This record gives sequence, structure tokens and C-alpha cells, in this order.
Amino acid sequence: MPSTDAKVVPKREGFSSRKVFILAAIGSAVGLGNIWRFPYVAYEGGGGAFLIPYLIALLLAGIPLLYLDYSIGHRFRGSAPLSLRRLGRGAEWLGWWQVLICIVIAVYYAAILAWAGKYTLLSFTKGWGADPNAYFFSDYLKAAETPGPTFDFVPEITLTMVLFWVIAIGVLAMGVQAGIGRTAVIFIPALVVAFIALVVISLTLDGAAAGLNAFFTPDWAALKDTGVWISAIGQIFFSLSVGFGIMITYASYVGRKTDMTGSGSVVAFSNSGFELLAGIGVFAALGFMAQSSGQDISEVVASGIGLAFIAFPAIINEAPAGALLGVLFFGSLVLAGVTSLISILEVVIGAVRDKVGISRRTATFVVGVPMAVASILMFSTTGGIYLLDTLDAFVNSFGILAVATVMMLVVSGVLAKLPELERHMDMVSSIKLRGWWRWLIGVILPIILVVMLVREMGTKIATPYEDYPAELINVFGWGMAAALPIIAIALSLIPWRRGTVLSGDPDEVLAAEEAQDALLVDGGDKA
Amino acid sequence: MTTTAIIMMIVAMLTIWGGLIAAILNLNTRGNASAEDIARAELQRDL
Repeated sequence: MPSTDAKVVPKREGFSSRKVFILAAIGSAVGLGNIWRFPYVAYEGGGGAFLIPYLIALLLAGIPLLYLDYSIGHRFRGSAPLSLRRLGRGAEWLGWWQVLICIVIAVYYAAILAWAGKYTLLSFTKGWGADPNAYFFSDYLKAAETPGPTFDFVPEITLTMVLFWVIAIGVLAMGVQAGIGRTAVIFIPALVVAFIALVVISLTLDGAAAGLNAFFTPDWAALKDTGVWISAIGQIFFSLSVGFGIMITYASYVGRKTDMTGSGSVVAFSNSGFELLAGIGVFAALGFMAQSSGQDISEVVASGIGLAFIAFPAIINEAPAGALLGVLFFGSLVLAGVTSLISILEVVIGAVRDKVGISRRTATFVVGVPMAVASILMFSTTGGIYLLDTLDAFVNSFGILAVATVMMLVVSGVLAKLPELERHMDMVSSIKLRGWWRWLIGVILPIILVVMLVREMGTKIATPYEDYPAELINVFGWGMAAALPIIAIALSLIPWRRGTVLSGDPDEVLAAEEAQDALLVDGGDKA
Repeated sequence: MTTTAIIMMIVAMLTIWGGLIAAILNLNTRGNASAEDIARAELQRDL
């Protein structure tokens, strides 16, 4: 039975409207990967021909996976661990695994945001000088010569990281609607406007047409390569923020009558629409860089940190209105990154709130401050870049894939809950799932994700990652990836706060939610 | 730009941005109807 004790049952918050939820979900999905990963993956995957596996992956993998997260969060009305606990007794640990992955990602994501923030300011004066590569690694990061953790702090990075953590904690302390929702309502339109301006400027640069030509010219032979199809699924998978608790958490903050599949399709196509925009902007700029340096596009194309902090500063150095281009590019990274960081942190805060029953502000500080301290201690050092790279490769690329695969197998195979989730989605949604979704989530996608997982593991075992020292890979790579599910099982053994409804009966879940709404223990609006 | 690249660019824009417009239109026209379905289902259950 739901508790009626006002002191231990905090009111469940929510987004004030469907529009705010959609913007927050877009804010989570649109992140750094849209800007710095998609253009490279598409180019390497056959240029214009990549559109075919990409669209198929969007429709048959990305959107169904998004619906799975939505269905769990929306039906069971809780953070990832609570929703999965209500789904089935043995599934709670999967939610904690997702929470732990979010903790790891958040601590290094804040460092990248700090770099992007600093580079936004540097853009005004092109402060990285004539050699952006040397500036980034030697002058700015002061990267240690030997990869591994160090305790040599770089004060400039420390200060910027503190600033971003204060912003993130401040936003989250304000609550779901007043903090997360309002930030998304302001940041997402600002991001779209800034990026459209960047694309327009990039398209006016000499060589832009050559860049677009390289980006869109189809290499049909690439479609015969299974690696290209897997890379399309991987791009969609990592870009949509599915499989690690964010969409479960956000879906639990939405009104019970919200059209979830209709909203999800808007989120998914917005995410892909932004990726296409990023591809156009980035390749137009790379076309300019290739022309001004007398190189071929294939020689200047880059992704990730190399694209953002080395190639783009070089473009900005040469381009007319380079300072404006830089502010728009790095400002876009900051806007996209902040909303994503907030969504990652909310997974942790929501889980802690549900588990121990504390107020939002207390949970935000209890979770946010230790994470900020750990983040700054680890990533504002001269060894931070190596830790970041290792954690990103093993916990992000490998860990999310692993938890999503196991979650699908547990939900469909062990608990056999897909029919229930499908009925729920069909009841609340405009786009009906009617069997096709169950077939994809229960059969096809687990097989594909297992293949991707085995492939990813094989690559990482066969080739020592980046030739980093074994101890770095073993502790922060494999060690961390293996430790998270074990810690998650331990966390799932901790009892829930008194009065928590753990039943998966929707009537009991709703009765508990309505009882909480009536209590008005702490702040936050209900959708 | 080559003709093939231009065609692929247009196809990409039409499918992805067109898909977004279609998704928004669907949500605006049919999204509210699904809420009414739930209300009706809940009323029937309560009765």
C-alpha cells in the first residue's frame, strides 16, 4: 500500500507540458556526438549512401529502443531502478547499472564541456595561436607524456569545470520543470538558431561545395560492408540517449495521457535532423580547410576531440568571420552539452530520491557535490585526457551497449513483459505498435546488439586501446566496465524507503503517485 | 557539387526533415486524440 506519511514521501515532480518534455528529451539526445561524431561516421560509411542504413537504423532500431525506454518509465512512473523494480523483481539491478554508467559519463562529460566553454572565449581572440594541436595538448591540457592518472592539476581547467558543475547542480536543484524544463525551453531553440547561423556562414566559405560533395557523394559499395550497417546502428543508438536510464527517467515525469510514441518520433527525427544539419555545417567548413591548405578532404576529415579542438580552431584561424564561426561552434557544443549533462545527472538524482526518499535539493547536493569533486580531481589534471578517453571507450561505448542488450533480453525473454508494455504504449499513443515493435525488441534487436557487443569486445581485446598502458586499461577500462554491474547488484539489495510501492500493478503505482501529489511535501509542478 | 551528391543531399533533407515535419503534424493532429481514448478507457473501467 502507498504510504501516507508526509515526512517520508516526497512529491513526484513532472514536466508542465508535452512540449517541455519533448524539448528536454531533445536536449538530452542532441549532444556532442551529433556535432562531432555523426559527420565523420556518415562520411566513412559511404557518404550519401550512408543515408540508407542510417534511416533503416533510425526506424527499426533507434525509435523502437526509444519506445522501450519510454514504455518502462511511463508505465512504472519512477527512476530507472524503481521502474525496472516495478517491472520485475530481478530487474532493479539493471537500473542501478544504468545509474552507475551515468555517474561515470557525467564526471568526464563535464570536463569536455569545460574545454568547450574555454574555447568559446578563446574564439574571440583565436587564442590557440597558429598551432591548435600543440596549444590543445601542450599549453591547455598540459597532457602528461605517459598516459595514466596524475595529481598535477591544471588550474585553468579546474576553474571552468567548477563553473559548469555549479550550473548543472543549480539547474537540477531547481527541479524537473523549473530547472530541467526551463533550461531545455531556452537552450534548444538557442542551439538550433546558433547552429543554423554556423551552417549559413560555413556555406559561404570557399571550398564549402567540395566539402558537401565529399559528404553527400554516395559510395554504394560501402553498403556491402556489414561494418557500415553496424556503425549506422551504433550512431543512432548512442545519439538517441537510449539504454542508460535517461529516457526512462524523463518518461516518468510526463503526464499519464501524453502521446508517447508520437512524442518519441518527434524526438528521434529532431535528433537526426540536427545531425544532418551538423553534417552540412561541419563538412562545408572542412571543405574550406581542405581548399585553404591545399589538401584533399580525406586528409582533413576528423571526428571527436580532434575535430572540435584541433581541426575547427585551424578553420577559424583561416576563415573570414572566424571569430563568429568559433563562438557559434563552441557555443553550440556548450548548449548541446549542458542539456545532455543535466539529463545524465538527473538519472542519478532521480534514483537516489526514489531509493531513500529525500527532497530534490538534498538529493541534488548529496549526488552532485561528490560527483563534482571526483570529476574535478580526475579530469582537471594533466592525466585527465587519458582517463577520459579510456572511460569513454569502455564505459560509454561498451557499457551502454552491454546494459541495453541485457535489459532487452531480461524484459523480453526472462520477464516476458513486452506484451504488457506494448499494450500500455498503444493505449496512450497515436502511433500504434501492434506486434511489430515486440518482434523487433524481443528478437531482432537483441541479436544485432549481441553481435555489436561481441564485435566491440573482440576489437578491444585484440588491439590494446590507443596503446595505453595495461594498468590504465585494466583499471579504468575493463575494470570499471566489469565493476559497474557488480556494484549495481549490491545497490539493488539495499531496501527501498518505507512506503515505496514496488508492485508493477499500474493501479497501485498510480494510486501511490496520486497520494504523493496530494501531500505536497516539497517543490515541483506536476505535468 | 556533382549531380549525384546534390540528389543525395535533397533526398536526405526530404526524408529526415520531412520525417520531422510529419512527426510534428501527427503529434498535433492525433496526439490529443489518444489522450481522449485513455480518458474513455478509464471511465469504462471505473463504471
